[in-house]
Amino acid sequence: MDAIRIEGLVKRFRSGWPGRPPATVLDGLSLSVREGEIFGFLGPNGSGKTTTIKVLMGLIRATAGTAELFGKPAGDVQIRRRIGFLPEASYFYDYLTAEEFLTFYGNLSGMGRDRLRARVPQLLEMVGLAEARTRQLRKFSKGMLQRVGLAQALIHDPELVILDEPMSGLDPIGRKQVRDLILGLRDQGKTVFFSTHIIPDVEMICDRVGVIAKGKLLTTGRVDELAGHGHTQSVEIVCQGITVGDNPAIQTMAVRVLQRGPQALIVLPSPDRLEGVLGEIRKHGGRLISVTPQKGSLEELFFPSSGQQAGVGSGRKA
Amino acid sequence: MWPVLVIASNTFRENLRDKILYNLLLFAGLLMGASLFLADLTIMEHYKIMTDMGLAAINLVGVIIAVFVGIGLVSKEIERRTIYTIVARPISRAQFVVGKYLGLVTTLAVNVLVMLSVFLLTLWGYQAPVHWTLVQAVQLIMVELMLITAIALFFSTFSSATLSAIFTIGLYIIGHLTTDLRGLAQKSHSDAVKAVANGVYYVCPNLDMLNMKGQAAMGIAIPLSYEALATTYGLLYAGMLIVGACLIFQQRDF
Repeated sequence: MDAIRIEGLVKRFRSGWPGRPPATVLDGLSLSVREGEIFGFLGPNGSGKTTTIKVLMGLIRATAGTAELFGKPAGDVQIRRRIGFLPEASYFYDYLTAEEFLTFYGNLSGMGRDRLRARVPQLLEMVGLAEARTRQLRKFSKGMLQRVGLAQALIHDPELVILDEPMSGLDPIGRKQVRDLILGLRDQGKTVFFSTHIIPDVEMICDRVGVIAKGKLLTTGRVDELAGHGHTQSVEIVCQGITVGDNPAIQTMAVRVLQRGPQALIVLPSPDRLEGVLGEIRKHGGRLISVTPQKGSLEELFFPSSGQQAGVGSGRKA
Repeated sequence: MWPVLVIASNTFRENLRDKILYNLLLFAGLLMGASLFLADLTIMEHYKIMTDMGLAAINLVGVIIAVFVGIGLVSKEIERRTIYTIVARPISRAQFVVGKYLGLVTTLAVNVLVMLSVFLLTLWGYQAPVHWTLVQAVQLIMVELMLITAIALFFSTFSSATLSAIFTIGLYIIGHLTTDLRGLAQKSHSDAVKAVANGVYYVCPNLDMLNMKGQAAMGIAIPLSYEALATTYGLLYAGMLIVGACLIFQQRDF
């Protein structure tokens, strides 16, 4: 059974002004997430990621289409026992200590006192907040809040964890910690569905990716399939002993040439020109140092064509 | 039932950790202290002044808490987005609304009990007559506070905190004037005025029905049947508002 199944999901928000048409945020979105996988939901800001997650969590109602979690409608109250959720940029009850905070959410999930007594310290240890357990959340840094937020999503040991931009606004160390936590969840057999606009986050940890733009799913698939096959790859060649500037044949085939003394870096737009360039290098007595095929990144593959580059990050800003 | 209690206890804890409640309690203490001072300045009826001001302090502080904490009960959760993680739990929206309400009512009950204790101890210390009618009046004040909390909660499910405050305070004022409105309807020669005034009288809560402070200060007994009727009226009205709040909240998108 799929952990998440979405079919033909449409969400329109009414305009605040009479006569103005409603804004369509989700436009017939369909996707499914299998049990046990880490699924990255990738898209630029405003593409409909958070709206999709809100429909899944029953925070908003879809205009049309269906969204199911483990075969039950997304609004079903009881199915939420099996789901953990971390909203984007969430604000928590900052008057609570970390321990009280997790106990509160555990209680809401129907966990017994004995189970909570064992689970709360274990989770705080797991997210690296054991020493801050009696500190109020208002004294937490952003990274600590994100980790305690993750802990609340996991308190009741859910089978499916839905995370909305879990790495947004974190420094590189914080992002690595969250990535490690997500990978740890996969090791425990959990299903993780997380949204992000930071492409390297997806490339590093996801089994499958869904790319959304303007409320529509552009594609889904394995990261290596999407980034590796059926798309143009460039090739980088490093060689010694020839001056590329004196060789018009290589210059014609390359998209970029960098000469540093006897060593040259030649970048080809596709592998089919490789043999021709290697032949020229040999013919002029050059020595081959390396040939490196360059895989296209998800960013290169999807967003230029979708016209949605604004808001898509390479991860450098976080 | 369990999620309701979890939400209620968390709301109560939030209120306890909010320093403003302690300031209000201090304010109530000061008002009661001032009543002693004023009572000393009068020649006659100084016990009446003490009881009048004491009951008024309990009522005033209770209304301030009910209105200004009540209007944020739900709207603050939405503005701060804490509602996201709550609704994502196996708990219905109605349970959340009822839990928030009960949490604030518990806070009010504790505050009223503390203020009543200080009030009665002050009277006892000054050898003023302490009679059961005072407790009855405070019990009706508590019902009024439960009703005001329900009004504030109702508005906070669909409007901002500022608008909720305006609506709640407006209804509180009208609620104390409904008897006068009915009198106006009876005296008016215009059918339209009669219809409007009667409509307001029947639709708006009759908070004057729960106001027995003057009678209690005079030491006039409040019949138990009246107390039961007024309490039932207040709780039923509050119950209807909570049902309305749940229905509205059920339909909301976040």
